[in-house]
Amino acid sequence: MVMIIQRYGTMLIGALGQTLLLTLLSLVFAMVIGMIFGLMNVGHNRLLNFIGTVYVDAVRGVPLIVLAYFIYFGVPAGIQSLGFANFRLDALKAGTIALSMNCGAYMAEIIRAGIQSVDRGQMEAGRSLGMSYGASMWLIVIPQAIRTMIPSIINQFIITLKDTSILSVIGFPELTNVGKTIMGNTFKNLQAWAIVGIMYMVVIVTLSKVSKKIERRINRGR
Amino acid sequence: MADSKISVRNLKKNFGSLEVLKDISLEVTEGEVVVLIGPSGSGKSTLLRCLNQLETVTSGQIIIDGHDVTDKHTDINKVRENIGMVFQHFNLFNHLNVLKNMTLAPVHLKTLSKEAAKDKAMQLLNRVGLADKAEAYPSQLSGGQKQRVAIARALEMNPDIMLFDEPTSALDPEMVGEVLAVMKELAQEGMTMVVVTHEIGFAREVASRVIFMEGGYIIEDGTPDEVIDHPKEARTIDFLSKVL
Repeated sequence: MVMIIQRYGTMLIGALGQTLLLTLLSLVFAMVIGMIFGLMNVGHNRLLNFIGTVYVDAVRGVPLIVLAYFIYFGVPAGIQSLGFANFRLDALKAGTIALSMNCGAYMAEIIRAGIQSVDRGQMEAGRSLGMSYGASMWLIVIPQAIRTMIPSIINQFIITLKDTSILSVIGFPELTNVGKTIMGNTFKNLQAWAIVGIMYMVVIVTLSKVSKKIERRINRGR
Repeated sequence: MADSKISVRNLKKNFGSLEVLKDISLEVTEGEVVVLIGPSGSGKSTLLRCLNQLETVTSGQIIIDGHDVTDKHTDINKVRENIGMVFQHFNLFNHLNVLKNMTLAPVHLKTLSKEAAKDKAMQLLNRVGLADKAEAYPSQLSGGQKQRVAIARALEMNPDIMLFDEPTSALDPEMVGEVLAVMKELAQEGMTMVVVTHEIGFAREVASRVIFMEGGYIIEDGTPDEVIDHPKEARTIDFLSKVL
């Protein structure tokens, strides 16, 4: 165990960094995607509702590992066959895209539910004062919706962080992938995976604790 | 009519296959206080909500201050700035304190500067007797206080028409008086008001006109003395005998 830490410590820390980088990038994009499709599903425009529903259903209906293969192998193959022979997607880009799409679909549902949990009268009061739909949504409804959304959003953050391990299948050098390398080099299955597991656990437990704190602070302000 | 503030012509409103308003025509002139009464489900709240287009109409026309609000080309947000609305459940913005509740719309819409909006809000709060609550959040107010803030918030936009949708129905009985007092003062200052309420006493005392509605139609329309004290229609008599 000590030997693994001594020999692979920097590699493991680096891999954890890659895991966190991938998580963070995906979360930022997922928030944007979730906001766009969540708002599409809240409004009363049928076309936008349809697009939003199709996106959420399609992405949630595909396992992340299949989505990752599709983006990493499938999409470049398709683009190459269109004549762009040199087109490549590196593992970080493909991984970020796949994870953002996946997390974005769940985020859209969280945002939709959060907005719909705010009483309709809040929007009506804003509109009755002469404010537009967008302004009422942004200044009145969303600030109140965020309070109910935050616990679910943090929960989704944790799920996404764990889901980065799936991207080891496309060769992205994140924590799980490095775990495989160590195992292959040392044949110390038990120790290698215990270390990797503990590293995930430390980050995630820390995140959960922080989220509990934030939740408590929000509830106090209510 | 030159001084007509609100003009409703052959208004119909359906919710799916349910006809809520069947054929409503109505004129409200400047400074009039019109009280709508009637059994629940008679369409009075729907009529009120059509006036500022919180409900779209199925057919017919509504003209407010010369603007046809049922016309898609009308800038409804602009017209709404002149129509204050007070809701049964107050609908104060729960994440903002009283002062921010009042200044949000005028500052955002740039009808007032930040300082002017704040000054005006403080004046209005003084008027409804809540100047000491400027920093309070809605959750810290009683129902009557919430509703007085809601009225002040609507007045902050300097409207020339005020709509009240059952403003006292969600209040504890001992708080009804304080809200009605504010409304009465407004009426005496000449505000054009349309009020949906079950407070027959308020209607008798403050209304310049009382309209009795049932089943999506206006059944009777006249002075409080005519409609409340000397109703002609059997349905009006029947309703009043239940609520008085």
